[in-house]
Amino acid sequence: MADQVDLSIEQLLREFAPQVLSPVVRRFRDFAAAEDAVQEALIAATEQWPRDGVPANPRGWLIQVASRRMTDHIRSEVARRRREEVAAEEAERLAPPVEKAAESGEDDTLVLLFMCCHPALSRASAIALTLRAVGGLTTGEIANAFLVPEATMAQRISRAKVSIKESGIPFQLPMAEDRAQPLRAVLHVLYLIFNEGYASSAGPQLRRADLSDEAIRLTRIVYERQRDDTEVAGLLALMLLTDARSAARTGPSGELIPLAQQNRALWDRQQIAEGIALLSTALPKGAVGPYQLQAAIAAVHDEAASAEDTDWRQILALYELLKRMTDNPMIVLNHAIAAAMVYGPRKGLELLGPLDSDARLTERHRLQAVRAHLLEMAGDHEAAITHYRIAASRATSMPERDYLRMQAARLTELRSSDQ
Amino acid sequence: MKFILMMTGKMADWDEYMKWSKEDLQRNVTFMRAFSRELKDSGVFVATEGLAAPGEAKIVRAGKDGEPITDGVFPESKEFLAGYWIIDVESPEQAYKIAARASTAPGPGGKPGGMPIEVRQVLSGHADLGL
Repeated sequence: MADQVDLSIEQLLREFAPQVLSPVVRRFRDFAAAEDAVQEALIAATEQWPRDGVPANPRGWLIQVASRRMTDHIRSEVARRRREEVAAEEAERLAPPVEKAAESGEDDTLVLLFMCCHPALSRASAIALTLRAVGGLTTGEIANAFLVPEATMAQRISRAKVSIKESGIPFQLPMAEDRAQPLRAVLHVLYLIFNEGYASSAGPQLRRADLSDEAIRLTRIVYERQRDDTEVAGLLALMLLTDARSAARTGPSGELIPLAQQNRALWDRQQIAEGIALLSTALPKGAVGPYQLQAAIAAVHDEAASAEDTDWRQILALYELLKRMTDNPMIVLNHAIAAAMVYGPRKGLELLGPLDSDARLTERHRLQAVRAHLLEMAGDHEAAITHYRIAASRATSMPERDYLRMQAARLTELRSSDQ
Repeated sequence: MKFILMMTGKMADWDEYMKWSKEDLQRNVTFMRAFSRELKDSGVFVATEGLAAPGEAKIVRAGKDGEPITDGVFPESKEFLAGYWIIDVESPEQAYKIAARASTAPGPGGKPGGMPIEVRQVLSGHADLGL
């Protein structure tokens, strides 16, 4: 029971995090210090609320505590610069009263997101800052999720805040017509957070799966504020349609299970239904972008009753569209798989050719893994074994390496039993 | 006191390892997972990582202007680190005992692999170095 109370307080705090931060930034005009103050307020709440009960106006409580910390911070700053003869009270006088900021109820969550995902920041910094400032995760939790020491993550976050300060990004929402670019950057960061959680959820560190949940939660927040943007809906749909399969993706000891062999009964039907509903609303509005197309592909997989029933022709057509829209080698790779499923493995192998010399394909083992798979489909087991092994040597995660080695071993056994 | 238990091997060992049968592989993976769980359950686990293939390894030195000069051709006899565990235990003997357990990881044919494990104490008080 106590756990349940703690859990709901934690959820509450995370929902409030951006709504508390924005008025404090607005009031004191110092993002870095305000962010620290809000973190302190959140920590104070996790200590006090379970003991004393949740206050009647939780958001107001948090803003008040954070503002007090800010005032203390300014006082000590002022004290240090006493010779400038600025009285400590000045800080209080300059800033509008707390109640006003709290009551204005203005929701600046989008402004915060635009700030945290600003192109001036490295992607790693943007991810960390977004999770902390908008997601309300503690530095320790973010460090855990990325498997780096807390001090490293703390440094990454504080450097990000310095960059924001130095770049002089104003705390205001761009005009509607200027929002497209920053919104794309936000979506990309959310997409990366989701992938980080999803791609690694097979590892022993299952905690990382929380990153996918967090990405979905944050994307929902954006969707609620930008319902007319079809790519926001597309990204949310893509996440839901992909995440719906997560329970079926790993076996009892954490091994990877590819899509074709997954137990589809384990897929989350409710999530699939929600993803498809989102997509069905977004697609007819026009302006179909890459996220919607990827979501549509995920939906085709999710709707197939079995791997054999998959409508590969439709998937291939969607990849053709995607290929025309983005110049991404991963899309070329997936397009080749779809083509192989429709026209046979030789067609797929032919399409993989140009990727050998594509330096942008950073995860080279995926190319070799796909090649091995298509070679196996084509009946060339010798070459398939070789490529599965090359792929295994280059794999970047343990479950992936084990999976690829297992494929090579399986074919090797098949070969010796044939002889 | 902390110890690092290092699994090392030559390039040939790696090539051999990549050719293990399905059963051998499954047994080995199962053992390694169980071993890590044991370390966690007994409260001595600090960290573990497996490293990518030695074929991707590079030795880097700084050139005249500090630019990286990489060397990726190694003699057959070179030992590579394949992975490690860091444990926090009461005595060197306890560390040796755990290393011996790691060394029983099943190899080809399901027999204990007898893999050599290098055990080194991890120095404490790195803060003294100003890090």
